Amino acid sequence: MPQPLNYLKETASQTAGPYVHIGLIPAMAGFDIFEKNFSNVLVTPNTAGERITLEGKVLDGTGTPLRDVLLEIWQANASGRYNHPADRSAGALEPEFRGWGRAGSDFDSGLVTFETIKPGAITDKAGRKCAPHINVWVVARGINIGLNTRLYFSDEEAANAADPVLNLIEQPTRRSTLIAKRSERAGKVVYSFTINLQGPEETVFFDV
Amino acid sequence: MNVQAPALRDPRLNRPEPFTPPLGDGGFFQRDRSIHPPAHAPGYKSSVLRSPRQALLSLENSVSEITGPVFGHNDLGPLDNDLIRNYAKDGDPVGERIIVHGRVLDETGRGVPNTLVEFWQANAGGRYRHKKDTYLAPIDPNFGGCGRALTDETGYYYFRTVKPGPYPWRNYVNSWRPAHIHFSVFGSGFAQRLITQMYFEGDPLIPVCPILTTIPDKDALDRLVAPLDLNASTPFDSLAYRFDIVLRGQRSTYFENRTEGN
Repeated sequence: MPQPLNYLKETASQTAGPYVHIGLIPAMAGFDIFEKNFSNVLVTPNTAGERITLEGKVLDGTGTPLRDVLLEIWQANASGRYNHPADRSAGALEPEFRGWGRAGSDFDSGLVTFETIKPGAITDKAGRKCAPHINVWVVARGINIGLNTRLYFSDEEAANAADPVLNLIEQPTRRSTLIAKRSERAGKVVYSFTINLQGPEETVFFDV
Repeated sequence: MNVQAPALRDPRLNRPEPFTPPLGDGGFFQRDRSIHPPAHAPGYKSSVLRSPRQALLSLENSVSEITGPVFGHNDLGPLDNDLIRNYAKDGDPVGERIIVHGRVLDETGRGVPNTLVEFWQANAGGRYRHKKDTYLAPIDPNFGGCGRALTDETGYYYFRTVKPGPYPWRNYVNSWRPAHIHFSVFGSGFAQRLITQMYFEGDPLIPVCPILTTIPDKDALDRLVAPLDLNASTPFDSLAYRFDIVLRGQRSTYFENRTEGN
């Protein structure tokens, strides 16, 4: 017998269930309990960068919006720097910008929104520029293990065309499932997205 | 005898760089999906229309995956880990008083320090304080049913609560959830993000739960069951259950908040 390796095994995932709001967004469950709450607003008045609204839905296999889904996003700041010690790139760090937020979908429409800034381009380990993107994590009743995907920006065509992750996707039509579309509404910049859990336009999900 | 010309020197050797130690690049161990429930698990009916059918695209971890949000004590309030008191209006909530404690570790066995752990549950009667829960068991006016804690430098966390009750749900006409507490854990990078549920030793509903039995691996299922821990119970006050959570291992050497040698 060789020496044992003795690694532990990861704890198994379980669905977040229909009442995920109680633990993670209690105000949506209908009560007020914590002094400080996490939210879908990532920006403070001092945050550098272009203010954007992310707005989207998650659709099931029939095209019906999930009305009990919870999304979290994780992103770099406008300089392309993540607020985490493992990011040692050159961009300026902003201590006030955590770069993370969570949102539940509206119980009637299924709409999910975030108020944030457009992140800067990121430099990967090999020194390549990666197109600006936002990392997304999706949990809900019926989702047994959280789904990882990304949002890229429709007005970054050149950067998207050169992005090493988008180029891993074999079918160009599937790359488009990750592109949020820019529009302006009442002077505000809105990026719209749809996450399809199934079907011909199924979103690309990653095994990270 | 032929004399061979000397081989041309590889130009990369002119500027040698030290290579990264084998566990030093900050990436996470590849996730072993055989111990997780599959996305499409027909016995849990809600998964049928909510499960991706295409293969997941495997990504080498980049800075986007090995980083993740950092939380601190400033994010929490003093009663956040005390579900017996954090929503009490005119007394303590009804139910068996329990302590839940354990460590958040990674697959290498290291504690994961300063990471946010969030938990939520039904009350002792199996009713959630949620506007969408219509089960006939009553809301407890003194129980919210959620809390959170930050692990200490060794990965240890603890909270106290009342033991949640089982409850019926619409899957089959007579499906019941075993008593459970939901857990959300962050880890140090976004690729470690995990939501799971803790169950209680000896619960006869465990082997017949359509959600628990989505887990294909018996040992993985058993690791979600917290044993009674009499050593940690408070005499004449609360029983205790022990629940360790293991996140993906990290090929890490450099975090500022880890002690030297990690």
